[in-house]
Amino acid sequence: MNRHLISAADLSLDDAVAILDTAEELAQVTERPIRKLPTLRGRTVVNLFYEDSTRTRISFEAAAKRLSADVINFSAKGSSVTKGESLKDTALTLQAMGADAVVIRHSASGAAHRLAAWVQGSVVNAGDGTHEHPTQALLDAFTMRRRLGRIDGLRVAIVGDILHSRVARSNVWLLRTLGADVTLVGPPTLLPVAVGSWPCSVSYDFPAVLPGSDVVMMLRVQHERMSDAYFPSVREYSRRYGLDGDRMALLPEHAIVMHPGPMNRGVEIAAGVADSVRSTIVEQVANGVAVRMAVLYLLLGGSGEER
Amino acid sequence: MAGMNPAGVDVGGGARKAPPAQAGKTVLGPEEIRRALTRIGHEILERTDGARDVVLLGIPTRGVPLAGRLAARLAQTEGTRVPVGSLDITMYRDDLRLRPARALGHTEVPASGIDGKVVVLVDDVLYSGRTVRAALDALGDIGRPRAVQLAVLIDRGHRELPIRPDYVGKNLPTARREVVRVLLTEIDGEDSVTLLGGPEASAGRRRTDDASAEDRPRSAGFSAGDRPRPGEVS
Repeated sequence: MNRHLISAADLSLDDAVAILDTAEELAQVTERPIRKLPTLRGRTVVNLFYEDSTRTRISFEAAAKRLSADVINFSAKGSSVTKGESLKDTALTLQAMGADAVVIRHSASGAAHRLAAWVQGSVVNAGDGTHEHPTQALLDAFTMRRRLGRIDGLRVAIVGDILHSRVARSNVWLLRTLGADVTLVGPPTLLPVAVGSWPCSVSYDFPAVLPGSDVVMMLRVQHERMSDAYFPSVREYSRRYGLDGDRMALLPEHAIVMHPGPMNRGVEIAAGVADSVRSTIVEQVANGVAVRMAVLYLLLGGSGEER
Repeated sequence: MAGMNPAGVDVGGGARKAPPAQAGKTVLGPEEIRRALTRIGHEILERTDGARDVVLLGIPTRGVPLAGRLAARLAQTEGTRVPVGSLDITMYRDDLRLRPARALGHTEVPASGIDGKVVVLVDDVLYSGRTVRAALDALGDIGRPRAVQLAVLIDRGHRELPIRPDYVGKNLPTARREVVRVLLTEIDGEDSVTLLGGPEASAGRRRTDDASAEDRPRSAGFSAGDRPRPGEVS
């Protein structure tokens, strides 16, 4: 594995399987009376969050603490960023504080990549703009493997606002590496221009994709990243690309419904679907801690050489 | 059996005619391993009042099948069924920072738990004692056993911590540069204990401590096979 985790596309099959296997073992720690391992004692993990986030930041914080690392949380609000400090200067400050790993979330695509050149520790991308969110893809893959027993050969439909979704991008690359067939579904305006070059297929007809899917991953419409009108109305979007009870009935018996959160009930997913037994939404959050523990362990647990 | 030789162990140069498998000195054969385990099984029964409240926990990799065999002995001898599990100690090692991140072994604690039980840790080779130290730390995070005992197939000496075994298959005096290789049918397809790296082979890579002796480089061990290396363990 590389020193950093910037992109799911950087992970080889061996790396990805190693992370999932490690996470499988670490998930047990959550069920024990003492939910802590001494492994990263004395190491410092900085959570550098320039964008709002609840579950990802808390998940990384819990993961680092369960491995006994020291955690410093940094959010752009209330920091020197509001006084005009650049990412580079913030990075150098963290460097001076001796951060062994920096977990970064930023609204600009490529921020994690830039940061990796400025700090000596490991950089973990926790979402950069519309580019990638590799740990989310890893926890999605982990959830699929736990529920369905495998990833190789699974047919996965990722539905909704693909254009603005770093989760979709990371999932396409990771699931491809792990041998799944991915179909992206959404209105043409919400699919990236170059989607033809991605290792996946594309469909505009949601109901037609459902009967042949083992996994349906619903994405939130990211209004905060939209400067144009991408579809006529939320209601029309919901009618064409939302997952309601009737559409869920088209899925095969074993299929699962996933959502990376935060979800907008009634828009891309109906409340009844989100709360159904097929939904893995709560599981995904729990699995996120185990997967992030695995990533932090594999990046920081060893000597940092010969990788 | 290509690939089964421990990486880095010099088992004979090209000049030597003997095949690699004979390069070391065989210390225990299948029969002797069987007898040693049978005796340890009897000793456990004797010392724990018929294995009352006993939980066997094997330390991966080769402690796990050994724990399973001991449990079978206890069942044969007195019909006592004891819970068996495995306890991975990787996250508790004191030498993690000396090597690239290691693959984790499997931990499986029996459903009955270990609180108030007599836990017998089972490993193949006792060396520096650091693995056992890590196992004691790991146990403390899982529960509070009434007592912890240690059973090993081979005690090769050179302790670096105040730790002693309760049950020993064979005491094997060794030099630090030597390597004890344990092969078990469940993992390696055969039962044997071999002493490798005598004086004439000492020019090869030396293994002087627990850290290098049990290392499992993650680049090698991660893919689907994850084949455990022959154990020249702690």
